[in-house]
Amino acid sequence: MDTKYVLRMDGISKEYYGTQVLKNINLSVAPGEIHALMGENGAGKSTLMNILFGMPVIHNTGGFDGTIEVDGVPVVIDSPHKAMELGIGMVHQEFMLLPGFTITENIKIGREISSPTFISRVFGKSLEKLDHKAMAKDAKKALDTIGLNIEEYTRVKGLPVGYMQFIEIAREIDKSGIKLLIFDEPTAVLTESEADRLLDTMKLLAKKGIAIIFITHRIDEVMAVTNSMTILRDGSFIDRVLTKDVNPVRIAEMMIGRKVEKLLDDTDDNRAISSDDIILDIKNLEVNMPGERVKGVDLAIRRGEVFGIGGLAGQGKIGIPNGIMGLYETTGSIIFEGDEINPKILGDALRKGIANVSEDRRGVGLLLNNSIEHNITFTAMQIQGKFLKNFGITRLYNKKQALKHAKSMIKTLDIRCTGPEQAVGRLSGGNQQKVCIARALTLTPKLLIVSEPTRGIDIGAKKLVIELLSKLNREQGLTIIMVSSELNELRSICDRIAIVAEGKIARILKPEDPDAEFGLAMSGVKQEVHKDE
Amino acid sequence: MNKHIKGFYQSIGLPRLIILLFFIVVLFGAAFYDMDVVALMSNVLRRWGMYGILVLAMVPSIQCGIGPNFGVSLGIVCGLFGSLVAIELDIANLSIFAGNQTLGAWMSLLFAVVLSAVIAWFVGMGYGVLLNRVKGSEMTVSTYVGFSVIAFMNILWVTLPFGSGDIKWPIGGEGARNTISLAGSFSEIMNKTGSFTIGDPETGLFVPTGLLLFFFLFCFLMYLFLKSRTGIAMSAAGANPSFATASGIHVNKMRIIGTALSTSLGAVGIITYAQAFGFLQMYNAPLMMGFACVAAVLIGGASTTRARISHVIIGTFLFQGLLVVALPVANKVLVGTDLSDIMRMIISNGIILYALTKAKGGAANEE
Repeated sequence: MDTKYVLRMDGISKEYYGTQVLKNINLSVAPGEIHALMGENGAGKSTLMNILFGMPVIHNTGGFDGTIEVDGVPVVIDSPHKAMELGIGMVHQEFMLLPGFTITENIKIGREISSPTFISRVFGKSLEKLDHKAMAKDAKKALDTIGLNIEEYTRVKGLPVGYMQFIEIAREIDKSGIKLLIFDEPTAVLTESEADRLLDTMKLLAKKGIAIIFITHRIDEVMAVTNSMTILRDGSFIDRVLTKDVNPVRIAEMMIGRKVEKLLDDTDDNRAISSDDIILDIKNLEVNMPGERVKGVDLAIRRGEVFGIGGLAGQGKIGIPNGIMGLYETTGSIIFEGDEINPKILGDALRKGIANVSEDRRGVGLLLNNSIEHNITFTAMQIQGKFLKNFGITRLYNKKQALKHAKSMIKTLDIRCTGPEQAVGRLSGGNQQKVCIARALTLTPKLLIVSEPTRGIDIGAKKLVIELLSKLNREQGLTIIMVSSELNELRSICDRIAIVAEGKIARILKPEDPDAEFGLAMSGVKQEVHKDE
Repeated sequence: MNKHIKGFYQSIGLPRLIILLFFIVVLFGAAFYDMDVVALMSNVLRRWGMYGILVLAMVPSIQCGIGPNFGVSLGIVCGLFGSLVAIELDIANLSIFAGNQTLGAWMSLLFAVVLSAVIAWFVGMGYGVLLNRVKGSEMTVSTYVGFSVIAFMNILWVTLPFGSGDIKWPIGGEGARNTISLAGSFSEIMNKTGSFTIGDPETGLFVPTGLLLFFFLFCFLMYLFLKSRTGIAMSAAGANPSFATASGIHVNKMRIIGTALSTSLGAVGIITYAQAFGFLQMYNAPLMMGFACVAAVLIGGASTTRARISHVIIGTFLFQGLLVVALPVANKVLVGTDLSDIMRMIISNGIILYALTKAKGGAANEE
C-alpha cells in the first residue's frame, strides 16, 4: 500500500449480546480526502463511528476486534477524549451547542484561552481570567475558514438551524491538530442552499489537508463531493470504491443488495385487483409528526391489494398511518370508500372501518400489565360497543363473551401463551405483535394498516407474522397497507411499494423492480413519480 | 397445596402481611395490658366505615392517571358545604317528617350527599382541567390545591351568612363555628341503622351495619363503574395514554371524569365521616385528611398508578385498625408520653413515602 492514510481501521468486528453487528470492516481515509460511509439504517455506520470515538457503549459491551491506526501508528482509543487528542473531530446531527452562550463561547468551550491573575496564582489555573479578545479572534478565524459571515458575539439561541451546523464545524476546526472530521448526516436538517454551502465548505476543508468522513444516504451529494466511499450492508463490508469509477445506480445496488432470505412461500393468488376500484384515496396529506413529518402525499390504495410503504427512518413513512388515524395534527383529504375521513376527529378512521397496528408495539400498541383478552377486545368495545352486556340502566363488560373471543383469536393466530388472562407484557415480541393484530381484526376492518410489524422480533416469528398478513389478504380479501423499514419484507408480500423520501412519495415501485430503483428512490434522487406503475 | 399458599402470599404481598401480623401482635399486646379489646374492635369497625368512602375516592383518580388525589380536600369542603345547607334548611325537622326522626335524619343526610356530590362534580371538572395542564406533576399540584382550597374556604366559612343556631357562633356574629354538632340533623344515623351488638349490650362488639352497608354499596357502585365502557376507557387512559388515544379515546376527558368522580366521592366521604363522628369539623380540620386517605389506599396494596376496590377495603381496615389499636398500646408501653399523634404522623407519612419510592415515575406501562 503506497498511499499514506490518516486513518486505517482493519478487520473491525463487534458483537452486542451475541448479535454480530459488524463483521470484519475495513475503513481507510487519506489526508485531504472526502470519504463517504454509506449504508441503510442499521447497516452499522453508527457502531463503526462509536468504535472510532471510543464511546463507553462499546467498552461496556465487551469491546471490539480489529485494529485502528492513525497516521500509520496503531492506537487504542478508549475514550472520546483520546479520540480528540488524536485529532479526530465530529460534527453531530443533533446540535451539541449551548443556546444561551455566544458563538465564541460555544466554539472555545473547554479550550478557553486565559491569562493568569493574582487570584489564580494563589488558587490555581481554574480561576484565571478569560482572554475574550484572543478567543474572539480565534473564533473569527474559524468562522472565516468556513466562510460563515456572522458576528462572533451573537448568541446561538435563535440562530437558523443551518448556522448551528456551521458553528459546530467551526468548533471542530478550531481545535489545533485536527486531522479527521466526521460529518454525521449533516445535510438532513438543512435547506437545499444551506446544504450546497456545507458541501462547498467540506471541499474547502479537504483542500487544507483535513480528511473527512461523510456519513449520508443521499447519493447525489456523495457523487458531488466525495473522492471515494466505503459501503456497508447489514454489518458487512461490501466495497471500497473511488467515486469516479461508479454511478448512482451501482451504489444503490450495493447498498440494498439482494437478500437471500425468503419470508413468504409462494401461494395461490387468485385475487382480482382493479386499478379503478379505489378503497382509500389520499390527497395532499400533511402530518405534523415530530421526526416523521409528512409533507404532501397523494396515494390511491386499490381494494384487495397489499400496499407497501417503505423508506429510511425519519423520512415520514410512519407519519402516514398516524395521520390517517388522527393521532397527530393532519391536513389533506382522505376519502375512504367514498366517505370523507376527518383526521381532526379522534377515532373517526376507526369508526369508519380502518384498523391500525402501531409501529410502537410496547409504547402505543399494548397495555402491558393487562390481560391478552383485555388487550384484544379493548378497541372494539370502545369504538363499536362490542363485548358489552345490557343491564337495563347500564351496559357492563361481558367477560364471558370477551374470553370466548380471545380464546378463538389465540387459536386462529396461534398466540403462544398460558391463557387469555396472561398479561401481554410477559409474551415474546412476536406474540405481542399477534395480540396487536388480533385487536385490529376484532374491529372487523375493511382496511388494515400495519406499521413495522416485524420490528424487534426474531426471524422465525417474522415469517409467521408475514404469513398471517398474507393469509388475511389472500383468503379474506382484506386490503392491507404495510409500512416497514425492511425493504425485503415489503418486497416479499406487497403488490406495490411506495418509497417515501423527505415527507413525499419518491416513487411507487413493483416488488420485482431492480434493487437500484429502490436504492435511488430511498436516497431521494429526484425522479418523475409514476403514479400508475 | 404449596402452590395455593404461594399464590395467596403473592396476592397479599409482603408489606400487607407484615402489617397484618403487626396488627395481630398489637391486639395481643392490648389484651396483655388489660385493655378493652372488644371496645377497640368496635372502634375499628366504626372507623373502617367512617373513612372508607374517602379512601375509595382515591380509586378513580389513580385509575384515570392523575395519581393519588392529595387534593381530596376539594371534595371535602364541598361535602361540608352541602351539610351546612342541609342544617341551614333544617331538613331533618321539616313538618313532613314529623314523628319520624330516623326518616328525617336520613333525608337530611341524603339531601346533603346529593347536593354536595353535584357541586363537587362540577368543582372536580374544573380541577381536572387544571390537572390536565400540569401533566407529570399532578401529585405536587394536587397537594397544593388541597391546601389552598382549605385556606380559601376558611374565608368563606367566616363570611357566609348562615342563620341556623347550630352553625353560628353562640355569642353572635357572622360565620360558622369550628365544630358544628349534627345532633339536630343526621348525627350517627348510618351507624345506628340496622346496628346490633354481639354479646353484652353494654360492652359487646358494636356493628354499625348501616354505615358499613353504605360503604360497601359505594364500593360496589365503583366496581360496576370500572366494568363499564367509560370505566374501562378511563383505566386505559391512566395506564397508557398513547394506547388509549390510538383507540380513539380522549385521554383528557377521561382524566376529567376520574377527577370529578374522585372529588364527588370525597364530598360523600366527609359526610359519612361527619355523621359517624357526630360533628362537622370546619376550617383547618380537613387540611391533612387527604394524606391519611392516600396512606390507607397505598397500605392496601395500591400503587400510584393502579388501585382496586379490594385495596380500599383492606387498606382502610389495616390503617385505621392500626391507629385505633396501636396508639393506646404504645401509650401504655411508653408510660408518660403521648405518642399517639406522633405515631399517626409516622405511620401515614411513612407509608406514603414507601409507596412513592415504589412508584416508577412516568413509566406506568412498564412491568
